[in-house]
Amino acid sequence: MSIITVENVRKTYNGHPVLDAIGFAVPEGKCVALIGHNGAGKTTLMKLVLGLARPTSGRLEVLGVDPATADKSFRRQLGFLPENVAFHDELTGADTLAFYARLKGLSASCCPEILERVGLSFAAARRVKTYSKGMRQRLGLAQALLGTPRLLLLDEPTTGLDPVLRHEFFQIIRQLAAAGTTVILSSHILTELEARTDLAAIMRQGRLVAFGDLDGLRREAGLPVKIRARGDAGAIARRLNGAFVKAIEPDQRSIEIDCPVGGKMALVRTLADLGEVCSDLEVRPPSLDDLYLHYSGGAISAAGEPEAR
Amino acid sequence: MNSIVVFAGKEFRDGLRNKWVAGATLLLAALAFALTFLGSAPTGLVDVKPLAVTVVSVSSLTIFLIPLIALLLGYDAIVGEEERGCLLLLLTYPVSRIEIILGKFLGHAAILTVATVVGYGAAGTAAAWSTGGDAESWRAFLGLIASTVLLGLAFLALAYFISVVVRERSTAVGLAVGLWLFFIIVYDLALMGSLVASKGRIGSGIFASLLLLNPADVYRLFNLTAFEHIRKFSGMAGLSASAHFPPAILLAVLAAWAVIPLALAASIFRRREA
Repeated sequence: MSIITVENVRKTYNGHPVLDAIGFAVPEGKCVALIGHNGAGKTTLMKLVLGLARPTSGRLEVLGVDPATADKSFRRQLGFLPENVAFHDELTGADTLAFYARLKGLSASCCPEILERVGLSFAAARRVKTYSKGMRQRLGLAQALLGTPRLLLLDEPTTGLDPVLRHEFFQIIRQLAAAGTTVILSSHILTELEARTDLAAIMRQGRLVAFGDLDGLRREAGLPVKIRARGDAGAIARRLNGAFVKAIEPDQRSIEIDCPVGGKMALVRTLADLGEVCSDLEVRPPSLDDLYLHYSGGAISAAGEPEAR
Repeated sequence: MNSIVVFAGKEFRDGLRNKWVAGATLLLAALAFALTFLGSAPTGLVDVKPLAVTVVSVSSLTIFLIPLIALLLGYDAIVGEEERGCLLLLLTYPVSRIEIILGKFLGHAAILTVATVVGYGAAGTAAAWSTGGDAESWRAFLGLIASTVLLGLAFLALAYFISVVVRERSTAVGLAVGLWLFFIIVYDLALMGSLVASKGRIGSGIFASLLLLNPADVYRLFNLTAFEHIRKFSGMAGLSASAHFPPAILLAVLAAWAVIPLALAASIFRRREA
Protein backbone atom coordinates (compact mmCIF):
# COMPACT_ATOMS: atom_id res chain seq x y z
CA MET A 1 0.00 0.00 0.00
CA SER A 2 1.40 3.36 -1.01
CA ILE A 3 1.03 6.07 1.55
CA ILE A 4 1.96 8.75 -0.97
CA THR A 5 1.18 8.55 -4.67
CA VAL A 6 2.27 11.35 -6.96
CA GLU A 7 1.34 11.21 -10.63
CA ASN A 8 2.70 13.56 -13.26
CA VAL A 9 2.48 16.57 -10.98
CA ARG A 10 3.32 20.01 -12.26
CA LYS A 11 3.35 23.20 -10.22
CA THR A 12 3.90 26.70 -11.56
CA TYR A 13 4.12 29.99 -9.71
CA ASN A 14 3.21 32.95 -11.92
CA GLY A 15 3.72 30.79 -15.01
CA HIS A 16 7.19 29.78 -13.89
CA PRO A 17 7.45 26.00 -13.41
CA VAL A 18 8.73 24.96 -9.99
CA LEU A 19 7.87 21.27 -10.28
CA ASP A 20 7.38 19.35 -13.49
CA ALA A 21 6.43 15.77 -14.36
CA ILE A 22 6.91 14.51 -10.81
CA GLY A 23 5.78 10.93 -10.23
CA PHE A 24 6.60 8.43 -7.49
CA ALA A 25 5.03 6.26 -4.82
CA VAL A 26 6.14 5.77 -1.22
CA PRO A 27 5.18 2.54 0.59
CA GLU A 28 4.04 2.85 4.20
CA GLY A 29 6.74 2.68 6.86
CA LYS A 30 9.64 3.75 4.65
CA CYS A 31 12.10 6.54 5.30
CA VAL A 32 12.65 8.67 2.21
CA ALA A 33 15.43 11.18 1.65
CA LEU A 34 14.49 14.10 -0.56
CA ILE A 35 17.71 15.41 -2.04
CA GLY A 36 18.38 18.44 -4.16
CA HIS A 37 19.95 21.87 -4.43
CA ASN A 38 18.31 24.81 -2.79
CA GLY A 39 15.54 25.74 -5.17
CA ALA A 40 15.23 22.25 -6.65
CA GLY A 41 11.62 22.11 -5.50
CA LYS A 42 11.89 20.03 -2.32
CA THR A 43 9.92 22.41 -0.12
CA THR A 44 7.29 22.93 -2.81
CA LEU A 45 6.87 19.16 -3.13
CA MET A 46 6.43 18.93 0.65
CA LYS A 47 3.82 21.69 0.55
CA LEU A 48 1.89 19.75 -2.08
CA VAL A 49 2.03 16.57 0.00
CA LEU A 50 0.87 18.53 3.06
CA GLY A 51 -2.01 20.09 1.13
CA LEU A 52 -0.69 23.63 1.64
CA ALA A 53 -0.58 24.19 -2.10
CA ARG A 54 -2.43 22.66 -5.02
CA PRO A 55 -0.70 21.17 -8.05
CA THR A 56 -1.23 23.08 -11.30
CA SER A 57 -1.84 19.74 -12.97
CA GLY A 58 -1.44 16.06 -12.10
CA ARG A 59 -2.69 14.03 -9.18
CA LEU A 60 -1.60 13.54 -5.59
CA GLU A 61 -2.89 11.04 -3.09
CA VAL A 62 -1.64 11.06 0.49
CA LEU A 63 -2.99 8.69 3.17
CA GLY A 64 -5.71 7.75 0.68
CA VAL A 65 -7.06 11.27 0.08
CA ASP A 66 -6.33 14.36 -1.99
CA PRO A 67 -4.37 16.54 0.48
CA ALA A 68 -5.58 19.86 -0.98
CA THR A 69 -9.23 19.08 -0.23
CA ALA A 70 -8.78 16.76 2.74
CA ASP A 71 -10.57 17.37 6.01
CA LYS A 72 -9.07 17.74 9.46
CA SER A 73 -8.78 14.00 10.10
CA PHE A 74 -6.12 13.92 7.36
CA ARG A 75 -4.04 16.60 9.05
CA ARG A 76 -4.40 14.87 12.41
CA GLN A 77 -2.23 12.07 11.00
CA LEU A 78 0.55 14.42 9.86
CA GLY A 79 3.66 15.67 11.56
CA PHE A 80 5.66 18.46 9.98
CA LEU A 81 8.83 20.31 10.83
CA PRO A 82 9.30 23.35 8.58
CA GLU A 83 12.75 24.43 7.50
CA ASN A 84 12.64 27.70 9.41
CA VAL A 85 10.38 27.97 12.37
CA ALA A 86 10.76 30.44 15.21
CA PHE A 87 8.64 29.62 18.21
CA HIS A 88 7.45 32.34 20.53
CA ASP A 89 10.45 33.48 22.58
CA GLU A 90 8.52 34.33 25.72
CA LEU A 91 6.80 30.95 26.11
CA THR A 92 8.43 28.04 27.88
CA GLY A 93 9.15 24.88 25.92
CA ALA A 94 6.42 23.02 27.80
CA ASP A 95 3.84 25.78 27.14
CA THR A 96 4.75 25.88 23.46
CA LEU A 97 4.28 22.15 23.09
CA ALA A 98 1.03 22.26 25.10
CA PHE A 99 -0.33 24.91 22.71
CA TYR A 100 0.38 22.72 19.69
CA ALA A 101 -1.01 19.66 21.47
CA ARG A 102 -4.33 21.41 22.10
CA LEU A 103 -4.49 22.44 18.45
CA LYS A 104 -4.15 18.79 17.51
CA GLY A 105 -7.01 18.05 19.87
CA LEU A 106 -4.76 16.33 22.41
CA SER A 107 -4.53 16.88 26.11
CA ALA A 108 -1.38 18.64 27.27
CA SER A 109 -0.66 15.64 29.50
CA CYS A 110 1.07 13.86 26.60
CA CYS A 111 3.74 16.58 26.41
CA PRO A 112 6.21 15.55 29.14
CA GLU A 113 6.66 12.14 27.52
CA ILE A 114 7.43 13.66 24.13
CA LEU A 115 9.80 16.21 25.62
CA GLU A 116 11.55 13.31 27.33
CA ARG A 117 11.81 11.51 24.02
CA VAL A 118 13.54 14.41 22.26
CA GLY A 119 15.74 15.04 25.30
CA LEU A 120 14.28 18.41 26.29
CA SER A 121 12.81 17.54 29.69
CA PHE A 122 15.58 19.36 31.48
CA ALA A 123 14.63 22.64 29.78
CA ALA A 124 10.85 22.25 29.69
CA ALA A 125 10.26 25.08 32.16
CA ARG A 126 12.72 27.44 30.49
CA ARG A 127 11.67 30.08 28.02
CA VAL A 128 12.36 29.35 24.35
CA LYS A 129 14.42 32.56 24.28
CA THR A 130 17.14 30.75 26.22
CA TYR A 131 17.23 27.71 23.91
CA SER A 132 20.15 26.88 21.66
CA LYS A 133 19.65 26.14 17.97
CA GLY A 134 19.72 22.41 18.67
CA MET A 135 17.15 22.70 21.44
CA ARG A 136 14.82 24.73 19.23
CA GLN A 137 15.12 22.11 16.55
CA ARG A 138 14.30 19.38 19.06
CA LEU A 139 11.27 21.36 20.19
CA GLY A 140 10.27 21.52 16.53
CA LEU A 141 10.62 17.77 16.26
CA ALA A 142 8.61 17.36 19.47
CA GLN A 143 5.61 19.20 18.01
CA ALA A 144 5.87 17.09 14.85
CA LEU A 145 5.69 13.93 16.97
CA LEU A 146 2.47 14.96 18.75
CA GLY A 147 -0.30 12.44 18.27
CA THR A 148 1.97 9.75 16.79
CA PRO A 149 1.62 10.77 13.13
CA ARG A 150 1.44 8.20 10.34
CA LEU A 151 3.37 10.49 8.04
CA LEU A 152 6.20 12.71 9.19
CA LEU A 153 7.70 15.37 6.93
CA LEU A 154 10.91 17.05 7.99
CA ASP A 155 12.29 19.91 5.90
CA GLU A 156 16.04 20.23 6.37
CA PRO A 157 15.79 18.97 9.95
CA THR A 158 19.49 18.81 10.71
CA THR A 159 20.67 22.12 9.29
CA GLY A 160 22.66 23.93 11.93
CA LEU A 161 22.98 20.95 14.26
CA ASP A 162 26.36 19.70 15.38
CA PRO A 163 27.33 16.07 14.58
CA VAL A 164 26.35 14.75 18.02
CA LEU A 165 22.90 16.31 17.81
CA ARG A 166 22.50 15.10 14.24
CA HIS A 167 23.26 11.61 15.41
CA GLU A 168 20.64 11.83 18.19
CA PHE A 169 18.16 13.30 15.74
CA PHE A 170 18.53 10.37 13.38
CA GLN A 171 18.24 7.92 16.24
CA ILE A 172 14.83 9.33 17.07
CA ILE A 173 13.81 9.19 13.42
CA ARG A 174 14.95 5.60 13.10
CA GLN A 175 12.91 4.60 16.15
CA LEU A 176 9.87 6.18 14.54
CA ALA A 177 10.43 4.44 11.24
CA ALA A 178 10.84 1.16 13.10
CA ALA A 179 7.45 1.77 14.72
CA GLY A 180 5.84 2.12 11.29
CA THR A 181 5.82 5.87 10.71
CA THR A 182 6.58 6.93 7.15
CA VAL A 183 9.26 9.62 7.24
CA ILE A 184 10.16 12.03 4.46
CA LEU A 185 13.11 14.27 5.08
CA SER A 186 14.97 16.67 2.91
CA SER A 187 18.58 17.54 3.27
CA HIS A 188 21.57 18.71 1.39
CA ILE A 189 24.01 17.13 3.80
CA LEU A 190 23.92 13.80 2.03
CA THR A 191 26.44 11.60 3.76
CA GLU A 192 24.46 11.65 6.98
CA LEU A 193 21.38 10.29 5.21
CA GLU A 194 23.21 7.36 3.73
CA ALA A 195 22.75 4.63 6.30
CA ARG A 196 19.47 6.00 7.54
CA THR A 197 17.06 6.05 4.64
CA ASP A 198 15.37 3.32 2.63
CA LEU A 199 14.65 5.39 -0.45
CA ALA A 200 16.16 8.42 -2.08
CA ALA A 201 14.43 10.91 -4.33
CA ILE A 202 16.85 13.15 -6.17
CA MET A 203 15.47 16.40 -7.51
CA ARG A 204 17.00 18.82 -9.94
CA GLN A 205 15.45 22.03 -11.21
CA GLY A 206 11.93 20.92 -10.39
CA ARG A 207 12.27 17.45 -11.86
CA LEU A 208 12.67 14.10 -10.17
CA VAL A 209 15.85 12.73 -11.74
CA ALA A 210 16.09 9.54 -9.68
CA PHE A 211 13.93 7.63 -7.24
CA GLY A 212 14.60 4.30 -5.61
CA ASP A 213 16.56 2.45 -2.96
CA LEU A 214 20.23 3.32 -2.68
CA ASP A 215 21.57 -0.03 -3.98
CA GLY A 216 19.33 0.15 -7.02
CA LEU A 217 20.37 3.73 -7.72
CA ARG A 218 24.03 2.76 -7.39
CA ARG A 219 23.64 -0.07 -9.88
CA GLU A 220 21.69 2.11 -12.26
CA ALA A 221 24.23 4.91 -12.11
CA GLY A 222 27.12 2.49 -12.70
CA LEU A 223 29.45 4.67 -10.67
CA PRO A 224 32.92 3.31 -9.97
CA VAL A 225 34.20 2.17 -6.59
CA LYS A 226 36.95 4.56 -5.60
CA ILE A 227 40.12 2.89 -4.37
CA ARG A 228 43.06 4.76 -2.96
CA ALA A 229 46.27 2.73 -2.66
CA ARG A 230 49.36 3.91 -0.81
CA GLY A 231 52.87 2.76 -1.56
CA ASP A 232 54.93 2.90 -4.74
CA ALA A 233 52.39 4.55 -7.02
CA GLY A 234 54.46 4.06 -10.17
CA ALA A 235 54.87 0.34 -9.59
CA ILE A 236 51.15 -0.08 -8.87
CA ALA A 237 50.22 1.77 -12.05
CA ARG A 238 52.60 -0.44 -14.06
CA ARG A 239 51.13 -3.59 -12.53
CA LEU A 240 47.63 -2.46 -13.54
CA ASN A 241 48.87 -1.48 -17.02
CA GLY A 242 47.31 1.90 -16.33
CA ALA A 243 43.81 0.40 -16.31
CA PHE A 244 41.25 2.31 -14.14
CA VAL A 245 43.97 4.62 -12.86
CA LYS A 246 42.47 8.02 -12.27
CA ALA A 247 45.24 10.06 -10.71
CA ILE A 248 48.64 9.74 -9.09
CA GLU A 249 49.64 12.10 -6.31
CA PRO A 250 52.63 14.31 -7.23
CA ASP A 251 54.72 12.75 -4.44
CA GLN A 252 54.25 9.29 -6.00
CA ARG A 253 53.14 7.93 -2.63
CA SER A 254 49.47 7.25 -3.44
CA ILE A 255 47.28 6.47 -6.41
CA GLU A 256 43.59 6.84 -7.09
CA ILE A 257 41.78 4.09 -8.96
CA ASP A 258 38.18 4.16 -10.23
CA CYS A 259 37.08 0.56 -10.49
CA PRO A 260 33.76 -0.77 -11.87
CA VAL A 261 31.64 -2.32 -9.10
CA GLY A 262 31.93 -5.82 -10.63
CA GLY A 263 35.74 -5.78 -10.80
CA LYS A 264 36.35 -4.60 -7.29
CA MET A 265 37.33 -7.90 -5.61
CA ALA A 266 39.66 -8.91 -8.45
CA LEU A 267 41.43 -5.58 -8.26
CA VAL A 268 41.73 -5.69 -4.47
CA ARG A 269 43.27 -9.19 -4.72
CA THR A 270 45.77 -7.99 -7.33
CA LEU A 271 46.77 -5.07 -5.14
CA ALA A 272 47.04 -7.26 -2.04
CA ASP A 273 49.36 -9.61 -3.93
CA LEU A 274 51.77 -6.75 -4.60
CA GLY A 275 53.18 -7.13 -1.11
CA GLU A 276 55.49 -4.27 0.01
CA VAL A 277 54.69 -2.15 -3.05
CA CYS A 278 51.18 -1.44 -1.81
CA SER A 279 51.12 -0.64 1.90
CA ASP A 280 47.55 0.49 2.44
CA LEU A 281 44.18 0.35 0.75
CA GLU A 282 41.09 2.51 1.11
CA VAL A 283 37.93 1.31 -0.66
CA ARG A 284 35.01 3.70 -0.95
CA PRO A 285 31.74 2.68 -2.65
CA PRO A 286 29.85 5.46 -4.45
CA SER A 287 28.34 7.63 -1.74
CA LEU A 288 25.04 9.42 -1.80
CA ASP A 289 27.06 12.51 -2.64
CA ASP A 290 28.45 10.82 -5.74
CA LEU A 291 25.01 9.57 -6.70
CA TYR A 292 23.60 13.01 -6.22
CA LEU A 293 26.30 14.59 -8.34
CA HIS A 294 25.80 11.92 -10.98
CA TYR A 295 22.04 12.33 -11.18
CA SER A 296 21.96 16.06 -10.77
CA GLY A 297 24.24 16.16 -13.75
CA GLY A 298 27.29 18.12 -14.83
CA ALA A 299 28.34 18.93 -11.31
CA ILE A 300 31.43 16.70 -11.45
CA SER A 301 33.16 18.78 -14.08
CA ALA A 302 31.87 21.91 -12.40
CA ALA A 303 33.70 20.83 -9.25
CA GLY A 304 36.92 20.92 -11.23
CA GLU A 305 37.67 17.19 -11.17
CA PRO A 306 39.01 15.92 -14.48
CA GLU A 307 37.32 12.90 -16.03
CA ALA A 308 39.26 9.59 -15.95
CA ARG A 309 41.91 9.51 -18.63
CA MET B 1 -14.51 25.97 17.76
CA ASN B 2 -12.09 24.59 20.30
CA SER B 3 -9.18 25.85 18.18
CA ILE B 4 -10.60 29.39 18.20
CA VAL B 5 -10.51 29.31 22.01
CA VAL B 6 -6.94 27.94 21.95
CA PHE B 7 -5.76 30.72 19.61
CA ALA B 8 -7.61 33.45 21.49
CA GLY B 9 -6.27 32.20 24.81
CA LYS B 10 -2.70 32.10 23.53
CA GLU B 11 -2.95 35.59 22.05
CA PHE B 12 -4.36 37.00 25.29
CA ARG B 13 -1.76 35.29 27.45
CA ASP B 14 0.96 36.55 25.10
CA GLY B 15 -0.50 40.01 25.64
CA LEU B 16 -0.26 39.58 29.41
CA ARG B 17 3.25 38.19 29.16
CA ASN B 18 4.72 40.85 26.91
CA LYS B 19 3.01 43.61 28.93
CA TRP B 20 0.73 44.79 26.13
CA VAL B 21 -2.29 44.50 28.43
CA ALA B 22 -0.60 46.17 31.39
CA GLY B 23 0.96 48.88 29.23
CA ALA B 24 -2.20 49.80 27.35
CA THR B 25 -4.33 49.71 30.52
CA LEU B 26 -1.93 51.94 32.45
CA LEU B 27 -1.58 54.36 29.56
CA LEU B 28 -5.34 54.73 29.12
CA ALA B 29 -5.94 54.97 32.86
CA ALA B 30 -3.19 57.55 33.35
CA LEU B 31 -4.44 59.78 30.55
CA ALA B 32 -8.05 59.47 31.64
CA PHE B 33 -7.11 60.32 35.24
CA ALA B 34 -5.01 63.24 34.07
CA LEU B 35 -7.82 64.67 31.96
CA THR B 36 -10.33 64.16 34.74
CA PHE B 37 -8.43 65.56 37.68
CA LEU B 38 -5.83 67.92 36.25
CA GLY B 39 -7.87 69.25 33.36
CA SER B 40 -7.64 72.84 34.53
CA ALA B 41 -4.12 72.84 35.90
CA PRO B 42 -2.86 75.52 33.46
CA THR B 43 -5.20 78.06 35.02
CA GLY B 44 -3.86 77.22 38.43
CA LEU B 45 -7.21 75.89 39.47
CA VAL B 46 -7.27 72.24 40.38
CA ASP B 47 -10.74 70.90 40.61
CA VAL B 48 -12.67 67.87 39.56
CA LYS B 49 -14.65 68.09 36.37
CA PRO B 50 -18.05 66.54 36.06
CA LEU B 51 -18.29 63.20 34.29
CA ALA B 52 -19.75 64.79 31.17
CA VAL B 53 -16.61 66.86 30.65
CA THR B 54 -14.53 63.75 31.18
CA VAL B 55 -16.42 62.08 28.35
CA VAL B 56 -15.64 64.94 25.97
CA SER B 57 -11.95 65.23 26.76
CA VAL B 58 -11.30 61.51 27.02
CA SER B 59 -13.03 60.75 23.73
CA SER B 60 -11.00 63.44 21.95
CA LEU B 61 -7.86 61.77 23.18
CA THR B 62 -9.07 58.27 22.44
CA ILE B 63 -9.42 59.10 18.76
CA PHE B 64 -5.65 59.44 18.54
CA LEU B 65 -4.62 56.71 20.91
CA ILE B 66 -6.89 53.70 20.50
CA PRO B 67 -6.53 53.38 16.71
CA LEU B 68 -2.75 53.48 17.10
CA ILE B 69 -2.77 50.83 19.84
CA ALA B 70 -5.10 48.60 17.79
CA LEU B 71 -3.06 48.94 14.61
CA LEU B 72 0.21 48.19 16.41
CA LEU B 73 -1.38 45.24 18.19
CA GLY B 74 -2.75 43.64 15.05
CA TYR B 75 -0.57 44.51 12.07
CA ASP B 76 1.66 41.45 12.37
CA ALA B 77 -1.01 38.97 13.47
CA ILE B 78 -0.76 36.99 10.23
CA VAL B 79 2.26 38.39 8.41
CA GLY B 80 4.37 38.04 11.57
CA GLU B 81 3.46 34.36 11.95
CA GLU B 82 4.24 33.93 8.29
CA GLU B 83 7.66 35.52 8.60
CA ARG B 84 8.55 33.41 11.63
CA GLY B 85 7.53 30.26 9.77
CA CYS B 86 4.80 29.45 12.28
CA LEU B 87 1.96 29.98 9.82
CA LEU B 88 3.21 27.23 7.52
CA LEU B 89 3.29 24.91 10.50
CA LEU B 90 -0.13 25.93 11.83
CA LEU B 91 -1.70 25.27 8.44
CA THR B 92 -0.60 21.64 8.62
CA TYR B 93 -2.52 21.31 11.89
CA PRO B 94 -6.15 20.22 11.98
CA VAL B 95 -7.34 23.83 12.17
CA SER B 96 -8.95 25.97 9.49
CA ARG B 97 -7.68 29.35 8.38
CA ILE B 98 -10.90 30.93 9.61
CA GLU B 99 -10.24 29.50 13.07
CA ILE B 100 -6.70 30.90 13.03
CA ILE B 101 -7.67 34.45 12.06
CA LEU B 102 -10.83 34.55 14.18
CA GLY B 103 -9.10 33.08 17.23
CA LYS B 104 -6.24 35.53 17.06
CA PHE B 105 -8.62 38.43 16.49
CA LEU B 106 -10.69 37.50 19.53
CA GLY B 107 -7.53 37.29 21.64
CA HIS B 108 -6.40 40.74 20.54
CA ALA B 109 -9.93 42.07 20.95
CA ALA B 110 -9.92 40.82 24.54
CA ILE B 111 -6.66 42.70 25.19
CA LEU B 112 -8.15 45.95 23.87
CA THR B 113 -11.40 45.44 25.75
CA VAL B 114 -9.70 44.76 29.07
CA ALA B 115 -7.40 47.75 28.67
CA THR B 116 -10.29 50.07 27.80
CA VAL B 117 -12.75 48.85 30.41
CA VAL B 118 -10.22 48.76 33.23
CA GLY B 119 -8.32 51.89 32.25
CA TYR B 120 -11.27 54.19 31.54
CA GLY B 121 -13.52 52.44 34.00
CA ALA B 122 -11.19 53.24 36.87
CA ALA B 123 -10.91 56.90 35.92
CA GLY B 124 -14.64 57.23 35.34
CA THR B 125 -15.54 55.58 38.61
CA ALA B 126 -13.14 57.85 40.45
CA ALA B 127 -14.58 60.94 38.78
CA ALA B 128 -18.14 59.92 39.52
CA TRP B 129 -17.27 59.02 43.08
CA SER B 130 -15.78 62.42 43.84
CA THR B 131 -18.39 64.55 42.07
CA GLY B 132 -21.37 62.30 41.79
CA GLY B 133 -22.55 61.70 38.27
CA ASP B 134 -26.12 62.01 37.16
CA ALA B 135 -27.78 59.18 35.27
CA GLU B 136 -27.30 60.70 31.84
CA SER B 137 -23.59 61.31 32.47
CA TRP B 138 -23.29 57.69 33.45
CA ARG B 139 -24.99 56.57 30.28
CA ALA B 140 -22.67 58.80 28.28
CA PHE B 141 -19.69 57.32 30.08
CA LEU B 142 -20.81 53.76 29.42
CA GLY B 143 -21.37 54.78 25.81
CA LEU B 144 -17.82 56.11 25.76
CA ILE B 145 -16.42 52.78 26.92
CA ALA B 146 -18.55 50.73 24.54
CA SER B 147 -17.77 52.92 21.55
CA THR B 148 -14.06 53.00 22.44
CA VAL B 149 -14.00 49.20 22.40
CA LEU B 150 -15.77 49.24 19.01
CA LEU B 151 -13.35 51.86 17.67
CA GLY B 152 -10.48 49.64 18.80
CA LEU B 153 -12.03 46.60 17.11
CA ALA B 154 -12.56 48.57 13.89
CA PHE B 155 -8.88 49.51 13.67
CA LEU B 156 -7.87 46.04 14.81
CA ALA B 157 -9.87 44.62 11.90
CA LEU B 158 -8.16 47.08 9.54
CA ALA B 159 -4.81 45.96 10.94
CA TYR B 160 -5.75 42.33 10.24
CA PHE B 161 -6.70 43.28 6.72
CA ILE B 162 -3.24 44.80 6.25
CA SER B 163 -1.65 41.74 7.83
CA VAL B 164 -3.33 39.44 5.33
CA VAL B 165 -2.68 41.41 2.15
CA VAL B 166 1.04 42.12 2.59
CA ARG B 167 3.89 39.64 2.54
CA GLU B 168 6.39 41.45 4.77
CA ARG B 169 6.18 42.82 8.27
CA SER B 170 7.95 46.03 7.33
CA THR B 171 5.32 46.76 4.67
CA ALA B 172 2.62 46.06 7.24
CA VAL B 173 4.09 48.56 9.73
CA GLY B 174 4.28 51.20 7.03
CA LEU B 175 0.71 50.61 5.94
CA ALA B 176 -0.53 50.61 9.54
CA VAL B 177 1.05 53.99 10.26
CA GLY B 178 -0.17 55.30 6.92
CA LEU B 179 -3.70 54.16 7.67
CA TRP B 180 -3.58 55.88 11.04
CA LEU B 181 -2.38 59.15 9.50
CA PHE B 182 -5.06 58.92 6.83
CA PHE B 183 -8.04 58.28 9.07
CA ILE B 184 -6.99 60.37 12.06
CA ILE B 185 -5.28 63.39 10.49
CA VAL B 186 -5.59 63.59 6.72
CA TYR B 187 -9.23 62.63 6.30
CA ASP B 188 -10.61 65.43 8.47
CA LEU B 189 -8.25 68.01 7.04
CA ALA B 190 -9.22 67.04 3.52
CA LEU B 191 -12.87 67.16 4.44
CA MET B 192 -12.53 70.60 5.98
CA GLY B 193 -10.41 71.78 3.09
CA SER B 194 -12.97 70.72 0.55
CA LEU B 195 -15.74 72.32 2.59
CA VAL B 196 -13.87 75.62 2.59
CA ALA B 197 -12.81 75.34 -1.05
CA SER B 198 -16.33 74.62 -2.20
CA LYS B 199 -17.61 77.56 -0.11
CA GLY B 200 -20.17 75.35 1.57
CA ARG B 201 -21.62 74.01 -1.67
CA ILE B 202 -21.15 70.47 -0.37
CA GLY B 203 -24.54 69.64 0.99
CA SER B 204 -24.81 68.83 4.65
CA GLY B 205 -26.23 65.43 3.73
CA ILE B 206 -23.15 64.52 1.71
CA PHE B 207 -20.90 65.94 4.41
CA ALA B 208 -22.61 63.84 7.06
CA SER B 209 -22.35 60.64 5.06
CA LEU B 210 -18.67 61.35 4.35
CA LEU B 211 -18.16 61.38 8.11
CA LEU B 212 -19.55 57.85 8.30
CA LEU B 213 -16.79 56.65 5.98
CA ASN B 214 -14.22 57.18 8.71
CA PRO B 215 -14.57 55.10 11.88
CA ALA B 216 -12.81 57.81 13.91
CA ASP B 217 -15.40 60.40 12.83
CA VAL B 218 -18.22 58.00 13.61
CA TYR B 219 -16.76 57.62 17.07
CA ARG B 220 -16.47 61.38 17.48
CA LEU B 221 -20.04 61.93 16.33
CA PHE B 222 -21.31 59.30 18.72
CA ASN B 223 -19.55 60.61 21.81
CA LEU B 224 -20.03 64.30 21.17
CA THR B 225 -23.59 64.34 19.92
CA ALA B 226 -25.39 61.35 21.30
CA PHE B 227 -26.21 62.86 24.69
CA GLU B 228 -28.03 66.12 25.06
CA HIS B 229 -26.00 67.86 27.72
CA ILE B 230 -22.66 66.75 26.28
CA ARG B 231 -23.45 68.61 23.09
CA LYS B 232 -23.32 71.82 25.10
CA PHE B 233 -19.77 71.12 26.30
CA SER B 234 -18.46 69.80 23.05
CA GLY B 235 -19.46 72.70 20.85
CA MET B 236 -21.00 70.25 18.46
CA ALA B 237 -24.48 71.67 18.71
CA GLY B 238 -24.19 73.21 15.25
CA LEU B 239 -22.87 70.12 13.57
CA SER B 240 -25.23 67.80 15.33
CA ALA B 241 -28.16 69.68 13.86
CA SER B 242 -26.95 68.95 10.32
CA ALA B 243 -25.39 65.58 10.91
CA HIS B 244 -27.62 64.03 13.44
CA PHE B 245 -27.66 60.26 13.41
CA PRO B 246 -29.36 58.22 16.10
CA PRO B 247 -26.71 56.84 18.52
CA ALA B 248 -27.73 53.26 17.74
CA ILE B 249 -27.03 53.84 14.04
CA LEU B 250 -23.60 55.29 14.84
CA LEU B 251 -22.72 52.31 17.00
CA ALA B 252 -23.95 49.99 14.26
CA VAL B 253 -21.76 51.78 11.68
CA LEU B 254 -18.79 51.48 14.03
CA ALA B 255 -19.50 47.75 14.46
CA ALA B 256 -19.73 47.40 10.68
CA TRP B 257 -16.27 48.98 10.48
CA ALA B 258 -15.04 46.12 12.65
CA VAL B 259 -16.93 43.33 10.91
CA ILE B 260 -16.40 44.19 7.24
CA PRO B 261 -12.57 44.51 7.17
CA LEU B 262 -12.29 41.38 9.29
CA ALA B 263 -14.61 39.43 6.99
CA LEU B 264 -12.63 40.66 3.97
CA ALA B 265 -9.36 39.70 5.65
CA ALA B 266 -10.71 36.25 6.49
CA SER B 267 -11.93 35.60 2.97
CA ILE B 268 -8.63 36.75 1.41
CA PHE B 269 -6.70 34.64 3.92
CA ARG B 270 -8.85 31.61 3.18
CA ARG B 271 -8.24 31.77 -0.55
CA ARG B 272 -4.52 32.41 -0.29
CA GLU B 273 -2.00 29.64 -0.89
CA ALA B 274 0.67 29.02 1.68
